[in-house]
Amino acid sequence: MSTANPSLGNPAPGSLSGSISPTSTGAAVKPRKTRQFGLREVGQVSACLVGSMAGVAAVFAVTPLAGGLGFVLVTYVTFLVALYVLGRLTIDRKAGIDRVATVVIGSAALVVAGLLALIVGYVVFKGAPTLRLNFFTKTLSGVDPSAPATVGGGLNAIVGTLSQVGISTLVSVPFGVLTAVYLNEIKGRFAGVIRVLVDAMSGIPSIVAGLFIYTLWVVGPGKGYSGLAGSLALGILMLPTIARTTEEMLKLVNPSLREASLALGSPEWRTVMQVVLPTARTGIITATILGIARVAGETAPLLMTTFGNDSVIGPIKGLSTEQSSLPLFVFQQFGLDQRQRAWTGALVLVGLVVVLFVLARALSRPKKYK
Amino acid sequence: MTDAALGSGPQSGPTNDRQRQLFAPVRRSDKAFRAITTAAAFTSLVVMALIAFFLFKEAWPSLHKAGSSFFTAFGWTPDEEGTKYGIAAMLFGTVMIAVIALLVAFPVSVGCALFINEYAPLTIRRPLISLIDLLAAIPSLIFGLWGLAFLQPRMNGLSQWMNDYLGFIPMFKATLRGIYGSSIFVSGIILAIMIIPIITSVSRSVMAEVPRVDCEAALALGGTRAGMVREVVLPFAKSGLVGSAMLGLGRALGETIAVALILSNDFRIPSSFTSPGGASVAGTIANKFPEASTNGRSALIAAGLVLFVVTLLVNIVARAVVSRSKKPASPGRK
Repeated sequence: MSTANPSLGNPAPGSLSGSISPTSTGAAVKPRKTRQFGLREVGQVSACLVGSMAGVAAVFAVTPLAGGLGFVLVTYVTFLVALYVLGRLTIDRKAGIDRVATVVIGSAALVVAGLLALIVGYVVFKGAPTLRLNFFTKTLSGVDPSAPATVGGGLNAIVGTLSQVGISTLVSVPFGVLTAVYLNEIKGRFAGVIRVLVDAMSGIPSIVAGLFIYTLWVVGPGKGYSGLAGSLALGILMLPTIARTTEEMLKLVNPSLREASLALGSPEWRTVMQVVLPTARTGIITATILGIARVAGETAPLLMTTFGNDSVIGPIKGLSTEQSSLPLFVFQQFGLDQRQRAWTGALVLVGLVVVLFVLARALSRPKKYK
Repeated sequence: MTDAALGSGPQSGPTNDRQRQLFAPVRRSDKAFRAITTAAAFTSLVVMALIAFFLFKEAWPSLHKAGSSFFTAFGWTPDEEGTKYGIAAMLFGTVMIAVIALLVAFPVSVGCALFINEYAPLTIRRPLISLIDLLAAIPSLIFGLWGLAFLQPRMNGLSQWMNDYLGFIPMFKATLRGIYGSSIFVSGIILAIMIIPIITSVSRSVMAEVPRVDCEAALALGGTRAGMVREVVLPFAKSGLVGSAMLGLGRALGETIAVALILSNDFRIPSSFTSPGGASVAGTIANKFPEASTNGRSALIAAGLVLFVVTLLVNIVARAVVSRSKKPASPGRK
């Protein structure tokens, strides 16, 4: 916990009542070091940790209590109690509470970071042993179900994901960017309503988007499952992310650029198209990549729109033909009890999402566009 | 807009002077541009309306057939003639899972948001925010697989413990001692991890609105950081935190694939949430859709319509609560 050093120092005398209270008048006020976290504090915290671990281990050894999770939880609680008692003894009650609160809040962040590492690490651990180059070059057609997971691959799924995500990007980026322009540049009469709607749209369950495209397109003019239907469903899920992120990016454009352009007599549309949007270009790319990362792993809407296909179907043929995709590949292989193959696909999928995410972050260093 | 409307300004000069025009009239090209962007902005409205219309259109045959039993019946046999079918069991499962997820995720998320905003040194603040966003970008399929293969077997001990020591509480006693997993409890825990990012990022944005002067005043008066959080940050952000919890609830209600992988479509009210059993609306749609025939699909679409309406309401109310809490409206504050 050495990174999070709250005010562990000696509170001024007279500050015992209430969480926040002015120091009592008249008492000699010692200057308070709010960020004191020296050797003494480190020693105290580690003594508490080691002591509680040893104590709990001893209790577990002589009583029927057992289990890894139980040990961790009991140790954690004991540690907090020890920390409070030590803080109370050496300084005062408030310092004890403050230390406990710091540890609890810090451990919440630690748990989340640990979970992310655990999930990604587990997928790598399960998928990496059977990931071969032929996963990117071969399909599963003609592969015996009993063959090891290193045989065959998911080329059809990769091509399907790329074409579906590509088409949905082409559809939803113009709408998303124009929505953002309406919200931030035109600031039209309905901007408030539209913002609420876009937010509400981002909360649509992905399966509902799939059902919608099924009722609108698959049983209607689309005449059956197709890659295009899947792209439309993904586009619906992508639109709100792109619109809202782009709006945030447009807010960062320096207003004097806009004013200069308008003052020079250029019409609004030229200002937007030739000044505002080019200035926010990297921001819009970031928004697009975040939108792609949001939908690249969506499985539920594809179950009822693309259906899956064992042969490689490109974007053009996918407009009318059933098509596979990475998430669908993983889900179906898992359902067929080809679990190892599913894990390999899952690893590729996670890799794709992480790469997209890192790309988006690298492009979006927070800076004001000048 | 006409010149007369735009040429405002006091007419103080001689009356025969032409009034100076302060605003250029909107050009025809700009009018077209505004029309195009407005039309694009309304796609969200059109899409939402179309979703409601088409789902209702396809759902109507089965809704009509089932009548009010659609909301009260437990079994799910829409493809068998003459049987009653309804989403009652699924709704129960969905709400139960979402509540468990929220109970677990909310404290962790608020702690995480507090850590990022108030405790973390500046150097690790941005990496931490990226980490939370990355967790949000991990596909739900991955959470489902991980939950099934990694988490579920490791939850047995906890379920056993809850059965042995908390069994007096309803739902905590397992139906069959020693048999756990594929349960509402495991699904809820996985969903909890999935909704942590949204609750964290919304709470964080709400807490960022707390006036820094107030925080600094609290510290300057000799308060500890924990005291500042309790007396300044949390009271200010209270309603926004409620909104962020509701947004997390909305996410949890609609989550599909992770639940579909864990639960095994048991359309009864389970007597214990740690024992195998239970179903959720979204998970059932994903599991049953491929094998359903005409009325079955119509009924599943009806279930999807219910899900759409519920999540839409939860989301709109939550957003309203969050945006209201961000306005500095507390009494006595400028």
